[in-house]
Amino acid sequence: MSGIAGKPAEHTQEALKGIRDTGLEEVRLRTFLAPAWRTPKGLYGWLVTVDHKLIGRRYIVTAFLFLILAGLSALAMRFQLAQPEAGHIGPDLYNQLFTMHGTTMMFLFAVPVMEAFAIYLVPLMIGTRNVAFPRLNAFSYWVYLSGGLMIWIAFAFETGADAGWFSYVPLAGPEYGIGKRPDFWAQMVTYTEVSALAVAVEIIATVFKQRAPGMSLDRIPLYVWSVLVTAFVILFAMPAVMVSSTMLILDRLVGTKFFDPAAGGDALLWQHLFWFFGHPEVYIIFIPATGFVSAILPTFVRRPVFGYLGIVLSLIAIGFLSFGLWVHHMFATGLPQLGESFFTASSMMIAIPSGIQIFCWIATIWGGRPIFATPMLFVLGFIFTFVIGGLTGVMVASVPIDLQVHDTYFVVAHFHYVLVGGAVFPLLGAVYYWFPKITGRMLSERLGRWNFWLVFLGFNLTFFPMHILGLQGMPRRVYTYPPASGWGEMNLFISLSSLVVFAGFALFFLNLLLSLRNGRIAGDNPWGASTLEWATTSPPPSYDFSRLPVVTHREPLWAEPDVLPVVEGLRVDAREVLAGTVADAVPQVRVPSADNSIWPLLSAIAVGGAFFGSIYTPWAVVWGAIPVSIGFICWFWPKGEPEDEE
Amino acid sequence: MARCMSLLASSRMLTRPRMSLAFTCPTQILTGIVPGKAAQQCLRWVSAAPMLVLAGCGDRQSALHAHGANARRILDLIWSFSAVAGATWLLVMLVLAAALLRRRLSETTRSPLEIDSHQERRFAQAVGSAMALTVLALVMMTTASFFAGKSIASLSGTETLAVRITGHQWWWEVRYPGDDRSQSIVTANEIHVPVGEPVEVELDSLDVIHSFWVPNLAGKRDLIPGRPSQLTLIADKPGTYRGQCAEFCGYQHAHMAITVIAESREAFEAWQSRQNAVASAPGGEEERRGQQAFLSTGCALCHTIRGTPASGTVGPDLTHLASRRALAADTLAMTPGALAAWIADPQSIKPGAKMPRIALSADDLNAVVTYLGSLE
Repeated sequence: MSGIAGKPAEHTQEALKGIRDTGLEEVRLRTFLAPAWRTPKGLYGWLVTVDHKLIGRRYIVTAFLFLILAGLSALAMRFQLAQPEAGHIGPDLYNQLFTMHGTTMMFLFAVPVMEAFAIYLVPLMIGTRNVAFPRLNAFSYWVYLSGGLMIWIAFAFETGADAGWFSYVPLAGPEYGIGKRPDFWAQMVTYTEVSALAVAVEIIATVFKQRAPGMSLDRIPLYVWSVLVTAFVILFAMPAVMVSSTMLILDRLVGTKFFDPAAGGDALLWQHLFWFFGHPEVYIIFIPATGFVSAILPTFVRRPVFGYLGIVLSLIAIGFLSFGLWVHHMFATGLPQLGESFFTASSMMIAIPSGIQIFCWIATIWGGRPIFATPMLFVLGFIFTFVIGGLTGVMVASVPIDLQVHDTYFVVAHFHYVLVGGAVFPLLGAVYYWFPKITGRMLSERLGRWNFWLVFLGFNLTFFPMHILGLQGMPRRVYTYPPASGWGEMNLFISLSSLVVFAGFALFFLNLLLSLRNGRIAGDNPWGASTLEWATTSPPPSYDFSRLPVVTHREPLWAEPDVLPVVEGLRVDAREVLAGTVADAVPQVRVPSADNSIWPLLSAIAVGGAFFGSIYTPWAVVWGAIPVSIGFICWFWPKGEPEDEE
Repeated sequence: MARCMSLLASSRMLTRPRMSLAFTCPTQILTGIVPGKAAQQCLRWVSAAPMLVLAGCGDRQSALHAHGANARRILDLIWSFSAVAGATWLLVMLVLAAALLRRRLSETTRSPLEIDSHQERRFAQAVGSAMALTVLALVMMTTASFFAGKSIASLSGTETLAVRITGHQWWWEVRYPGDDRSQSIVTANEIHVPVGEPVEVELDSLDVIHSFWVPNLAGKRDLIPGRPSQLTLIADKPGTYRGQCAEFCGYQHAHMAITVIAESREAFEAWQSRQNAVASAPGGEEERRGQQAFLSTGCALCHTIRGTPASGTVGPDLTHLASRRALAADTLAMTPGALAAWIADPQSIKPGAKMPRIALSADDLNAVVTYLGSLE
């Protein structure tokens, strides 16, 4: 071990290779690091970069663009539903709209945006310079982008998926699926799952191996814990949906009969496979959101989160339990009573770890002194709405109740409370909280407050009445309803309220655009927060930290308010990060970190081309394998660089 | 189990009057029928609420107006869960409000890491107790849910009548199996049941997945191709109950409704014997011409009219079409005008429906409408 924290004098092995940072003064250090970690200027740089901040930022921006598309499709649906038997949007377009809304929100917005924040924040929060496998990171973004573009371009050409975000067979199968619509859906799933799996692998490796010296397991920030648990959930859940979407493609393209009951297949199999992924999916979105809350809350109540251990254990428990609930999406298919009861019990059980987190946060507020800045408002809005969503979740976990409310607007209300209240509110809070770090400028607090109240009130006015509408018997996914149903007035009210939500989001984007140019300069740590990302400049340099920090406390910047202890001994003329032990983060080796490369992009294009082609012909898999192989071979071509060094 | 049910019943008694104000007819609240001025007027409105319920929401498709044992047990469960959920939410919000607004000593210079260990212990106790309460509530709710499910399941096996329903895109085929072919009934989108008797509904689908749901009477059950299933319905009082497909099934999922008509045993049997008969022969010149047009223009390829050569099985059986209350799975009311409009241009009324537009002269169209209108 050379020149590790606390032993700055020990640089005897220095002569080994390259220039080390030991003893270099700050200014000179930066003149070495900047070229080593630099991303070239211009379009080429944009295409080859492997900087986690640039990739994370473009991931975030792309995800929010998809949010806008999905939000506009929701608005179009509310326009159609405002009156009974309205003729603005016919069934063909409406079915595409609700499918694209759900698909985009889940696959192209919610999961990617949570991953995007993890890509941006994790290296900064654990004190390293890039994610593990930086090129895989670049590759994952390109694959995600091409999947998203593909399904929306298909929609523009009237080939939008229209069998629901769950694409139940036989409706999406070879016999009843319309044209190529379900194929585009299925392949888009494959794209986004490939990218999600890639990110999950990076996050796990980064968190396990690249934490700053001294950041033992019990000093990992709660947000990082949450994305770590999420990454494991992704790792085990996503393969189920990739397998099922591939089986669907095979059924449609080459006539396999996985889901065809007439040929010995099973239509119900699809539902099991889909929901085995689909339920954990909700937690893939929700767990990182609780991480945002655990990161924002201590800063704005000026004390550490109460019950660190309890929250970590709750996160892990939620991760495990999320795999035991999928059948509660299928109660109406008819299961033996014992099986139903098991899934009722497991569905209710997940309320326990979720409850622990809520109780710990309230205790944290109790013990602190709250400051009502915009991120904090969103956290409070989150608790208000998420508790409602959680409680209605307990209701739908009951088999008999579910048999009445399943596939009605009650469930629409329930999961929007969980996903918007539970995940999007903390996400907006996170944008207000970390925008200064990402851009160097503060968002406007004034617009922020308007933004919060419009979204918060608009959301509750839009979605709370849907509980009642569902109990009154209005099913989901209907493009219209009869005047005699008596649902007309409430639907009109809901549609009008959705305009308030729309206004709130418009304000949000306006705030982003205005503050990007004119926002107050933030400084390194505008909120006086405690975690490592606030120890570097805003925005952070390409190398994140000029010297990697050493962690001595769970809240490093509060424990060492003046100067953080740092590590010395890393090379400055080449990209290098420090890898340590999993449990105690004792540094073991210096690992070279991959340089910029065009091959992730070219490989993603090759992979995307093969996926796209396989919508039309199975031969695309055969011929597509050639460019894919070339891309990967060039990407991994050994360059005779030194191996890891002790 | 009996004790548990009585517990549920009592909680229902407690919560229902309040809940019915909040939930039953919220459209009135939203549209501002509430006279806003005085508490007195409010009170009058409150006392009038049950009448509004009867007048306004009566037999509308709704899980909140249970008219069968199955739906009633679920509604009880919904109210008790809502009460627990509401109380829990209120409690959490009160504690949160207290945590935010409680008075604090003005020690502004305190470092964020100075933690009061005494307070931490109290927090641990508070979180622990809240946890224990959560577990207790969840165990109670799971138990209540289990027994409600069991009591619903116990309805099956007591049925006096079976109805076989097959889901199609986008209509319901209804069969009453009889001892022999001549006694079986085939109709569509309308089920008649004797009031107060448990009816076994056998469900199957020949195309995609549908879900049979008549919320006033029972919870839903999916129709999955290749997996027949069943459901027990009881209607407590005579009436017409609307149901609707609850599993997304394509273009016209929105227009796939079914009507359950509960009537006295005598009325039911009279209906049954009428439905058993073959179609009446055309009575006049116009009806004869209508039948000719029906048989010669392709209608008969998809539809059956028992007693005539028409024996298609793609679309609904029309033998007693005019006895039904609605057309095209409750898309239109059964009137001669609606029938004419439907035959003339089904695609603009129910876009995507499998019924094509058939070119008929105006006279033929009128004749077909007259003929079909005579099939009572």
